[in-house]
Amino acid sequence: MFKFLLDTDTWQEIYSSIRKNKMRTAITVVGVMWGIFLLVVLLGAAKGVENNFNRLFGDFATNSVFVWAQQTSKPFKGFQEGKGLTLKMSDLESIRNEIKGLEFVVPRHQTQALTVNKFKTGNFGVFGDYPEFDKVQKRNLVYGRFINDNDIKEKKKVCVIEEEIYKQLFDKDEYPIGQYIKINDINYNVVGMYKEGQIGSGGPQGNIHIPFTTFQQVYNRGDSVGWMMITGQPGFDITQIESDVKLLLKNLHNVHPKDNRAFGSFNLGKEIAKVTGFITGMQFLTWFVGIATLIAGVFAIGNILLITVKERTKEIGIRRALGAKPWEIKRQIIMESVFLTTIAGALGIIFGGFILMIIDATLGKGDEPVLTNPTVDIPVILIAALTLVVLGTLIGLIPAQTAVSIRPIEALREE
Amino acid sequence: MIKIEKLHKSYPIGKDSLHVLKGLDLHIKEGEFVAIMGSSGSGKSTLLNIVGLLDAHDSGNYYLNGQLIENLDERKAAILRNKFLGFVFQSFNLINYKNALENVALPLYYSGMGRKERNEIAMQYLEKVGLADWATHLPSELSGGQKQRVAIARALVTKPKVVLADEPTGALDSSTSHSVMELLKEINREGMTVFVITHEEDIAEETDRIVRLKDGVIISDEKTLKKSKV
Repeated sequence: MFKFLLDTDTWQEIYSSIRKNKMRTAITVVGVMWGIFLLVVLLGAAKGVENNFNRLFGDFATNSVFVWAQQTSKPFKGFQEGKGLTLKMSDLESIRNEIKGLEFVVPRHQTQALTVNKFKTGNFGVFGDYPEFDKVQKRNLVYGRFINDNDIKEKKKVCVIEEEIYKQLFDKDEYPIGQYIKINDINYNVVGMYKEGQIGSGGPQGNIHIPFTTFQQVYNRGDSVGWMMITGQPGFDITQIESDVKLLLKNLHNVHPKDNRAFGSFNLGKEIAKVTGFITGMQFLTWFVGIATLIAGVFAIGNILLITVKERTKEIGIRRALGAKPWEIKRQIIMESVFLTTIAGALGIIFGGFILMIIDATLGKGDEPVLTNPTVDIPVILIAALTLVVLGTLIGLIPAQTAVSIRPIEALREE
Repeated sequence: MIKIEKLHKSYPIGKDSLHVLKGLDLHIKEGEFVAIMGSSGSGKSTLLNIVGLLDAHDSGNYYLNGQLIENLDERKAAILRNKFLGFVFQSFNLINYKNALENVALPLYYSGMGRKERNEIAMQYLEKVGLADWATHLPSELSGGQKQRVAIARALVTKPKVVLADEPTGALDSSTSHSVMELLKEINREGMTVFVITHEEDIAEETDRIVRLKDGVIISDEKTLKKSKV
């Protein structure tokens, strides 16, 4: 078989047989090419969407839930409905002690504040944060550091700013670390600058982070907590944690257990699962459409070979009269099929890759790209290519069988 | 070389069957030059197909080179055809996208010979039929007579035991026909058994022995006068 593949005659015959039906062969090859092209481009695009999604949400711990206090909607234990609720630091302690499977419970405060640096001003979101926040929602620091334990302990007037804020408050190429900016007329030393991912958790212009304890003191918040972020350990169901936490809070704050409006929450894991589910569905659809198109294309190749075999009946008869064994005729036809599908597949993959490059260059660039790195994994390509060769072989069996089922005497009969 | 005993063959036509060969007995020895004559429908092509292992007989015995032919599958038949038989057809049956040399070398390809070797041998046979200068020409660039010479070279290239020629001059004019017959005679003089089917009397006259078929039976089997004159 190996010798057969290296034989010039093998390729000469494949070439001459293809040459006889240039137009038809070309159209058929385009059919298969289209199939694998679609597969590559769609999978690449789906991957690009997935990558983009991961890039946007990559900063978040995906098994996290945000919880904040609202107002009660049911009277309970002598309290009327509409009682205002506020989370307290002690609530966090209780949550940490009583609920299993927690990784971090991070309290936060937030406000809007006028921020001034010399003659430049801006209104930005100001957050009071613990160092743990960096672990729940990763800050990509460009300069300096995030808030540390010492800042918390000593209630230091330090801040970490987002790149966008830096651009608005500082001159170009100015080094922000060590400089002071005024937030609500109080000077803060800039200790870090980070770059926000696509989806910010605060205002549209990015955030300023100051130590949580500083925030409490400066804005007179006592031991209250604006809201909290809770992350679960791997293997624990975040949805379960969410309802456990809320139930515990209702208990602590004298809220009716069935009062669903008292505490608000946003389960990031659930939201992300929806999107990843959608992406998975899209990939499935891509495979389905791609493979179906491939099969259609391969059938077209089977069809054209069947026609070619009919046209070559006489030639096949001559070969058999000269001593060609049925298997030798068969493998010739199968080789043609495999050759055509392989060429078509290779062209489709190359063409698909090329289109992905164009997509990447147009949709994947800029500040808010639609796609990120639209690529297809090599194993996927190999699977697709292997599928093609297998399908090509199988479909080639049909014309090959036809070719040998015509007895040489019938093939040679004078017209 | 070819021995046929009580050979019967019929073809199904609709519900009926057409009895084509009705108990033929024929013995062709090595080195003979035999013509089978008969009008169309006499069964001569059927006989050639059976002798050429392109078709199976219904009953009777067929010995090729002393070997009883029975229960042949396509693979065995192909090997025997390649080894023992050379075919020359009325319409030449050259493969039109292969040049003369490649056409001649084709049977050697199927016998598993390497490219270099088979091209050398094919070239020798092209020289033998006087077409060495035309080796790289495609069949479409050759005249009818030249095509038939290439076909003869192809039939001989595997050194078969028998050359079977089905109306070898049927598509040629009389002078080319004559030269093709001369070539066949020359091959015969070198010891090859040649088996020609024709319906032309003057072609048959050039052979050594004429077997006449009519309605599936042999009506005469005689040596030609010409041979006895020489």
